[in-house]
Amino acid sequence: MPNTYFQNYLVILLMLGVVVLLAGGMIVLSYLLGQHRPSRVKLSPYECGMVPTGDARQRFSVKFYLVAMVFILFDVEIVFLYPWAVIFHELRMFGFLEMLLFLLLVGAGFAYLWKMGVLDWTGSDTGGPAGGTGGSPAGGRAGGPE
Amino acid sequence: MPELEIPAGERNMVLNMGPQHPSTHGVLRLVLELDGETIVRCTPDIGYLHTGIEKTCEDKTYHQAITLTDRIDYLCPLTNNLCYVLAVEKLLGLEPPPRAQWVRVMLNELSRIASHLVWLGTHAIDIGAMSVFLYCFREREEILKLFEMVAGQRMMTSYFRVGGLALEPPADFLKRVQKFLQIFPGRIEEYENLLTRNRIWIGRTKGIGYLSAADALDLGVSGPSARASGIDWDLRRDNPYSSYDKFSFAVPVRQEGDVYARYLVRVDEMRESVKIVQQAVEGLPEGPVQATARGVVLPPREKMKTEMEALIYHFKIVTEGFRVPPGEVYQAIESPRGEMGYYVVSDGTSHPYRVKVRSPSFANLQALPRIAEGRLLADMIACIGSIDIVLGEIDR
Amino acid sequence: MSPLMVLFALAKIVVILLVLLTVVAYAVWFERKLLAHMQCRWGPTRVGPHGLLQPLADAIKLLTKEDLTPSEVFPLVYLLAPFLSLVTALLAFAVIPFGPETRVGGMDLFQIADLDIGVLFILSVSSMGVYGIALAGWSSNSKYSLLGGLRSSAQMISYELAIGLSIIGVLLLTGSLSLRAIVENQAGAYWGFLPRWNIIPQFAGFVCFLVAAIAETNRLPFDLPEAETELVAGYHTEYSSMKFGMFFMAEYANMVTASCLATLLFFGGWHGPVFGPAILQALLPLLWFSLKVLFFLFLYVWIRATLPRFRYDQLMAFGWKFLVPLALGNLVVTSLVLAIRWS
Repeated sequence: MPNTYFQNYLVILLMLGVVVLLAGGMIVLSYLLGQHRPSRVKLSPYECGMVPTGDARQRFSVKFYLVAMVFILFDVEIVFLYPWAVIFHELRMFGFLEMLLFLLLVGAGFAYLWKMGVLDWTGSDTGGPAGGTGGSPAGGRAGGPE
Repeated sequence: MPELEIPAGERNMVLNMGPQHPSTHGVLRLVLELDGETIVRCTPDIGYLHTGIEKTCEDKTYHQAITLTDRIDYLCPLTNNLCYVLAVEKLLGLEPPPRAQWVRVMLNELSRIASHLVWLGTHAIDIGAMSVFLYCFREREEILKLFEMVAGQRMMTSYFRVGGLALEPPADFLKRVQKFLQIFPGRIEEYENLLTRNRIWIGRTKGIGYLSAADALDLGVSGPSARASGIDWDLRRDNPYSSYDKFSFAVPVRQEGDVYARYLVRVDEMRESVKIVQQAVEGLPEGPVQATARGVVLPPREKMKTEMEALIYHFKIVTEGFRVPPGEVYQAIESPRGEMGYYVVSDGTSHPYRVKVRSPSFANLQALPRIAEGRLLADMIACIGSIDIVLGEIDR
Repeated sequence: MSPLMVLFALAKIVVILLVLLTVVAYAVWFERKLLAHMQCRWGPTRVGPHGLLQPLADAIKLLTKEDLTPSEVFPLVYLLAPFLSLVTALLAFAVIPFGPETRVGGMDLFQIADLDIGVLFILSVSSMGVYGIALAGWSSNSKYSLLGGLRSSAQMISYELAIGLSIIGVLLLTGSLSLRAIVENQAGAYWGFLPRWNIIPQFAGFVCFLVAAIAETNRLPFDLPEAETELVAGYHTEYSSMKFGMFFMAEYANMVTASCLATLLFFGGWHGPVFGPAILQALLPLLWFSLKVLFFLFLYVWIRATLPRFRYDQLMAFGWKFLVPLALGNLVVTSLVLAIRWS
């Protein structure tokens, strides 16, 4: 029944409208109700009470992107599983074997990633005992990084 | 500057952690150089809590300076009181009566428990175990109530005097201490149930922040942090003061040198402290709580009102203080954080010529870059917690 | 769709949203109160009896607080982030059914929209929530926010994998992506007394789902993105007034949604003993549903009171090396058993 089918999505659209109004209303309302007494110090980014050194938007460890990429690969594979799961009672043993083959392939890729250390997050392979990298002498004003 | 110089902005992010940060235990500032979340370099920057206590002491009489020592390590004021008082007594060649010494030991061990409770609570909440924090403070509250009984103050106690105690402890004090001792061991079990065998806790602490015995010695680390690295050294046992040699207790030592070991050592120390307090309560000798030293110790109230001479001494001690023979002395005791030392120089007047505090936190903080560099930002939190610093003591 | 129907749908949406927002507000109160009692404290007591008016006071306070936009932020993205977080968190609730089909004038009372891909809808909308957090972290131009945002994005996408995989077991049993169909499939009992809830055949899947759901909602022991003792407040460090409040609401709305989802997928939804007069029969399912959701909310708080926080690499390793293989194993075993039974 295509009529109710689309109706449901229309309702979702309605809901989206209401929620957008609600969230937007909150931002506007707090803008109107809140006081505004900005000052330079108040508007500076928080860094534990110190003047921030350098810009926060800078290049960052590639690990984060690697994980994002691995996620996309696996997520696509999971998406394959959804329709399969829904009609599984029709596929039965044939479906199982087919999917087992698919999962084995995915699993091989997963095992490869695991072995290559992509899933090891630390990045500090020197983390073990006596990780002393010379160590900076304590005391002294921290003038170094500036 | 260390050889590890990497220009900022080239590759790594420079992050200020502190002074206004929830888990630097005060106003410690750490300048961290991060590669991703890995700490490449850590530089502690101190001085945000500088109070000038050492200098102020020079302007006070020996007696007045006691109140200043409370504020140095505000988690165990009685320990500071004791150390300072012992140093002055050493200069004077004065020995307080046994009862005073035993009460001092008792209160010191209670201070140690209270201090360790704050450490455990904050260390745990830093790592996310929120309930432990509140449980610890519940018991600490009991100890602070005990302090209030004897000193009238919960934190800034100033209860010890040169030559003994300020007052005889109130009548039901010992009963209250006993009561606390009965419930407390069970409470330690509670904390341990939440943490010691908790997989997440072990994961966050075991193998983290390793400090070798050699490094600990080189950096002057003392106290539980050193004992967790296998250095079997406790001033209470190895250089006894205030009758500690008359008590039997064990000194917990571990070899692992990681955050977990420091945690276990301190928890075990709390148990040992309970034993010491128990012995002090049971074997508390009768007698006066002040030495008889005319001109140094205030005469009893009753005598002051009936005897002319006592009144004169009282007036002189209060107004101009007592004179201390010239000389210099270093007195070290085992504070909850390590070797706390007071170096007092007298020029023969009633004011100290110089008071220098060797604070354990200051030396222990030096170990922080060594144990945290090369590890993750989250480990930094565990490391700071594990060396148990008090900024008031570092900056003085 | 006739105008009357639109009006009716609109009214239903508004009512359900109001209920949801109230639940969200009182989830905060519930958590504070429960946590306090677990820690020998009282929690809120001042505003109203037992602090019951606290959520209201908080809302008023947040609305009237100074609304500042830090100087170096990226203004549009900075505003968009809390907006996106709240919109996705509330929108995900659209397909949650909280009672059996009760039609009045052709409209179902206890569900906003019965999509036949309900599960997919929730997964897709909630994964949009990552944008809110990642953008907040990036646009704030604060290092703590950036670290929080990055951590959060990596964490949420990693655990989304586990969530997606853990649900497939339920889909295999049901053969439908509609949440209503999934619940209806759990009616009845095994051997006359054991409820046919999916948790019994899908226990591994349930464990996996629950853990991943806690991680998805950024709650202890997985609350690293906002780990206040490390990153101060993580991605919302630079947010104040209602913009902060919106992140807060989004987090609790996500908690409620996750609890609802756990109830629907594994705990038989609104199924429970139904008896008595007609009106009671109509209301009891709602009660069972609410109680089950409350149980999960309780679980959230209980876990928070008990456990310390994971470290970042441990969290990622746990997700990738334990939950994903567990969910995959569960998937293979479930499908094998079903294939044998149905062949």
